Amino acid sequence: MDSIDVPLTQHVKSKKKKNKSGETKGAEHPGKMETGGIEVKEEKTEAGVSFPPTFSVSEIKNKQRRHFMFMKLKQEKRKQKMELKKKRKRQEKLLGDKAPPKQVPKTIENQRVYDETTVDPEDEEIAFDEATDEFSAYFNGLTNPKVLITTSDRPRGRTVKFCEQLRTVIPNAHVYYRRGLALKRVIPQCIARDFTYLIVINEDRKVPNGLVLCHLPEGPTAHFKVSSVRLRKEMKRRGKDPTEHTPEVILNNFTTRLGHSIGRMLAALFPQNPQFVGRQVATFHNQRDFIFFRFHRYIFKNEKKAGIQELGPRFTLKLRSLQKGTFDSKFGEYEWVLKRHEMDACRRKFQL
Amino acid sequence: MGDSSRPCTVWLGSETGILKGVSVSRRQAFNFGDSSQLSRQHEVRALCWADAAESELLVAAADGTVKTFSLEKGAFTEARRCGDPAEDGSFVGLAVLDGGAALVTCAEGGLLRVWRDESGEPSAEIRVGSDVARMRQNPEHRHKVATGGKDNCLKVWDLEKPDQPVFTARNLRNDWLDLRRPHWVKDTAFIPGSDKVVTCTGFHQVHVYDPSTPQRRPVLEATFGEYPLTALSLPAAGGSVVVGNTHGQVAVLDLRKGLVRGCFKGLSGGVRSLQCHAAQPVVASCGLDRFLRIHSLEDRRLQHKVYLKSRLNCLLLASRSLEEPRGDGGHEVKEEEGDDDVDEVWDGMERVGEREENRKRKTSAEVEEMNVKRKARGVEEGEKTSKEQDDSEREAPAEEMREKISEDQEENPKKETPDEEEEQLQKNTKKRRKAQA
Repeated sequence: MDSIDVPLTQHVKSKKKKNKSGETKGAEHPGKMETGGIEVKEEKTEAGVSFPPTFSVSEIKNKQRRHFMFMKLKQEKRKQKMELKKKRKRQEKLLGDKAPPKQVPKTIENQRVYDETTVDPEDEEIAFDEATDEFSAYFNGLTNPKVLITTSDRPRGRTVKFCEQLRTVIPNAHVYYRRGLALKRVIPQCIARDFTYLIVINEDRKVPNGLVLCHLPEGPTAHFKVSSVRLRKEMKRRGKDPTEHTPEVILNNFTTRLGHSIGRMLAALFPQNPQFVGRQVATFHNQRDFIFFRFHRYIFKNEKKAGIQELGPRFTLKLRSLQKGTFDSKFGEYEWVLKRHEMDACRRKFQL
Repeated sequence: MGDSSRPCTVWLGSETGILKGVSVSRRQAFNFGDSSQLSRQHEVRALCWADAAESELLVAAADGTVKTFSLEKGAFTEARRCGDPAEDGSFVGLAVLDGGAALVTCAEGGLLRVWRDESGEPSAEIRVGSDVARMRQNPEHRHKVATGGKDNCLKVWDLEKPDQPVFTARNLRNDWLDLRRPHWVKDTAFIPGSDKVVTCTGFHQVHVYDPSTPQRRPVLEATFGEYPLTALSLPAAGGSVVVGNTHGQVAVLDLRKGLVRGCFKGLSGGVRSLQCHAAQPVVASCGLDRFLRIHSLEDRRLQHKVYLKSRLNCLLLASRSLEEPRGDGGHEVKEEEGDDDVDEVWDGMERVGEREENRKRKTSAEVEEMNVKRKARGVEEGEKTSKEQDDSEREAPAEEMREKISEDQEENPKKETPDEEEEQLQKNTKKRRKAQA
């Protein structure tokens, strides 16, 4: 609506009764002014043109004609856009090096509000904090991950399959049925048997929708919301099942302090020395506070190209809370809690 | 060294063992401590002023030592061993008696000790029960302390007569199934002007006890939220109490009827410590989300927020005004001059097109202002486009706008280059107008 200047004399936008496709523009339009309900909007154009006769497409009561007008409007806009583009391209070609720099479109990631908790890699205090936190034993090579995967009570088929596939993806993982056991009683038993992680997949309406990740000796507990779960048989063009080799781990875009903690938590699920022979890689990609998990097998075709095949399940996680200490949702102290009305109010502010 | 510690008005202890001082007026935070010798053993568990003049701080660490920090020198001066954390547990309370002559410490295991002189042995020792969560001193009668913990009811002790507690609270009545109610005192405070004690519990209750009445059960009970209340503080203007819980919810409750008056928003992690300022209607909070937040008590808005990189355990406010910089009058003088200029500017400006022009100037001025502020703060910032600043600053109060315009008057002749920026800004403002229209 911005740049269309409708001149007073030639009012081409009249109605076509029989033609439904808006392609042809017949020349015999009776120039007709839209009366009755013209909104005289204040255009931002210069004050020289008085009475710009704009009307909005929504004023037309007839649905087919309205649709036709709208289509025409859109085509006009698209045409102008293409013309602008062509013009710019021509200019760039002419000017060559001296052309104005390319305009970068604004995306939400571009416009992200700077988070003051972004970790500076040279910060000593944060380095010390991370070196002595609950994961230090893993990152110093003292413990090997051993994961227990379980579900909420009475899981349905999809959740069971998901657990099974997670077990093939995470090395040294064991699936056990829940059978109505209380987590607070399960946890001391796990600690006694040297488990380092407890994963509980919560199910709602036959579909997995939550994940509680508890680091075992005394570590933090993260509660995620799980969405978009795709099991192996639903994936197109996938490769064969993953082998027993330990995969490499990629963590993308965990920049803030909270992101660092979560990144370390997810990294500590996998053993520290990946077997490159297996050519498998697990990726946790954080974008806009959603963590996307993918599992691929790669092969180097030549020096510059690599092909990838997606295996394994695919799901997205969104952090809901991070609690200090093992699972204790009533009396535990929370390090971070998602408060939707406060934190989700600004579309450009992210916590991870 | 003393230069950085003298203007600090808020002191915090962190889990990494670093003592942090924050100067609110200058918006700067300083770390005090040996950064080469950081260790989790030095985790600060309690903080308290060593004397009434507030020139020295006492810092109780997790390994059982109590260090003295001098504000004038800006360094730790002494350290003394006060108990063994292996048998007793870590410190839950620290207090000073007789103007600094004696030190009172309480550990989780239940041993309350009074330390005099420099000897390694305590001069008095009281067993307060087990699983103590907090010990607090009565600011009016300094020889009285209150302790409480998990299944350990509130007890008020007089340190001059250490055999028996002055007041022992009773647990609440059994519930409707005649089962004993669990009890978990997490924080206590003495109400000034009377003998009453307020406690907050792990079962989201706030109790008021009155030792002067024969009733040993709470006189008033109020509940807030569904999570354990971990910190408590009394504002200077009485009649209310500020509590915080493990979910980061901080609220002010009325002590006459026990109703929630309002909440303070912004915290995302569990509250570890709260303190209301003695003179100003301000409350400072710190917690596991690594931020210090200062809210105003009257309109419950956030005034200041400072990121301090470690989890914060305890907090101490200086009695003098937070904003007032000590011997730093330069700032205020500048702002007053700015105001004079502003009036002339307002008179001199045209009426028509004023909004548009103001908008433009405001945004470009804001860019400059933000840059200047940033440099002054000495904080690294990522790239911030002008549009973000538009959106964030659009609701700024009128006074701020005036100040910025005045500053812009001085800086306008310099800014002739960013034409593209201005074009973008124009487009932005027009888009916004269109959206509104």
